[in-house]
Amino acid sequence: MDKQKKTLFLQGNEVCVEAALYAGLDFYAGYPITPSTEIAELLAVRLPKKGGKFIQMEDEIASMCAVIGASLTGNKSMTATSGPGFSLKQEAIGYAVMAEVPCVVVNVQRGGPSTGLPTKVSQGDVMQARWGTHGDHSVIALTASNHQDLFHMTVEAFNLSETYRTPVILLFDEVVGHMRERLILPEPGEIPLVQRLRTSVKEGTDYHPYLPREDGRLPMSDFGGVHRYNVTGLVHDMWGFPSDDAKVAYGLIHHLVDKIENNVKAITKIKEYYLDDAECVLISYGSSARTARHMVENRRARGDRIGLLELQSLWPFPVQAVRERCEKARYVLVVEMNMGQILQEVKKAVKNPEKVFLANRIDGTFISPTDIRNVFRLIQGKGV
Amino acid sequence: MSIKDYVRERFLPHIWCPGCGHGMVMNNMLRAMAELQINKNNVVMVTGIGCSSRISGYLDFHTLHTLHGRALAFATGLKLSRPELTVVVPMGDGDALAIGGNHFIHAARRNIGITAIIMNNSIYGMTGGQFSPSTGQGKKATTAPYGNITESFDIVALAKGAGASFIARTTTYHVASVKNLIKEAIGHKGFSVVEILSQCPTYFGRKNKIGDAVDMLTYYKDNTVAIGSPKKAENPALIEKGIFLREERPEYCSEYAKILEKAQNG
Repeated sequence: MDKQKKTLFLQGNEVCVEAALYAGLDFYAGYPITPSTEIAELLAVRLPKKGGKFIQMEDEIASMCAVIGASLTGNKSMTATSGPGFSLKQEAIGYAVMAEVPCVVVNVQRGGPSTGLPTKVSQGDVMQARWGTHGDHSVIALTASNHQDLFHMTVEAFNLSETYRTPVILLFDEVVGHMRERLILPEPGEIPLVQRLRTSVKEGTDYHPYLPREDGRLPMSDFGGVHRYNVTGLVHDMWGFPSDDAKVAYGLIHHLVDKIENNVKAITKIKEYYLDDAECVLISYGSSARTARHMVENRRARGDRIGLLELQSLWPFPVQAVRERCEKARYVLVVEMNMGQILQEVKKAVKNPEKVFLANRIDGTFISPTDIRNVFRLIQGKGV
Repeated sequence: MSIKDYVRERFLPHIWCPGCGHGMVMNNMLRAMAELQINKNNVVMVTGIGCSSRISGYLDFHTLHTLHGRALAFATGLKLSRPELTVVVPMGDGDALAIGGNHFIHAARRNIGITAIIMNNSIYGMTGGQFSPSTGQGKKATTAPYGNITESFDIVALAKGAGASFIARTTTYHVASVKNLIKEAIGHKGFSVVEILSQCPTYFGRKNKIGDAVDMLTYYKDNTVAIGSPKKAENPALIEKGIFLREERPEYCSEYAKILEKAQNG
């Protein structure tokens, strides 16, 4: 069947665009920044062709704000950025969390901090994706290691943002963003799309935009529609009106956190390779999972009992899935391109944190099988 | 429609201090809306943070109370998505000119069909009286205890230089013109700016020993002249009020509609 499907040879950034359009993207606002700029360039061409809106804003902050404004009118909206741009967007990401406005924020990670290594790969924004904006909150962040998965995760980012009314961060990296490989374009309808849940409350009836249903979901009404309501970044009551009542604040913060943390299982996306009998479990994500997988395939061919757990959802962190997969392992090796951001989460998740080790790269060089092999040998008590 | 129809009464009373000018602006903005017979479902009001920005919560439109300085950026996304909606953005002077200065000049440059109303009280009121970009040289504020060093932005000149196509200024003393100018601004196709000097007796007035609200309104009366008045030549310190600019120029969303056509037929 695949033979009849359209096969493309694309950059990851281009795949992200194809998938966003597949998901029904209507609005994009952005600002040029390496290594994510191709997403804006391609959408400047493609969005108007389908009647969508593209705008290059004056800065990263404005792009994020414009995306939220557009989403409130009922449009599926997205922005993309990298490095310092992701820092600048944090204030408005927090607004989208608080006001529960669905949107997708792509961060094609590059080396940091600050201007860092603009053209080089990194996975240093994992914690920023989780805690970049101030205050207690939860967030959803997805990632991918190859183009087929990137397509699915981009669509999933839109689906989750609509389901949970929250910004979803799509956190891939420079290697995935700029690497070219095959994409088999899914047919329309092949991947289910989540459309925005809209209120059934009729005109003239009191609509409570921030009164969650029993399942925690909030049916929306488009700005410009028949229900006029207030949206604010302040703590607010069920009408969206500012409140400093302790009960209201308690309920709201719990709602914002619980709607995500109570659904970790539904949000979790993982891939497993040779985990059934693995003595050594590698845990990786994004482009470094490619290296990890290469390493696993090589060692398996030599008879080593080694496997890979690839994380595709990073936040909420899939604690249970990680704990279960690591239960029987003698050691766990986290493979990532930062100083150990997911390492710490894995240590928190497993029963024996002393068996968790790190194989990393932080110099903008793509992590190689040798980098992992060296740590692997050290763990085994062999020389490098 | 009477102006009462535009108010969310259950969210009153408002938070503004006794004597504050912002209520007068709100009142006359609603009179303008009532005279224009605007359908409430077609109006989106976007505000930032500050005393002025609380205005949106009290009004029965689609209201979006956003981040400090960012109202115009939110409004731009909204307007481009739904160009047929009337988008009004009341802002304070700190909101519009300091933290939001970049968004202000770029919204003006795009000439996007948004009405920006700058309620200029020359101070940060919400945080308790710090100097703003329009406090004025020598004036006092909690963060300028020995007198403010810098001169104010000339909002009219700034808007003009940045590309706004409708620019007006008035004061809360001249309430009828507040209504009329907002009416004209909303009716204008393009980015419209109305600066309204609005008294803050609690902080600016007290810090600078101007007196109470009535004294401040009297100050506006005595220190403003109509544009082109010969009095301005005699006393350059007088503040001009009226419509400074009204031009028909391509509006951003209309131009984008042409892009859509080009992309789809090209």
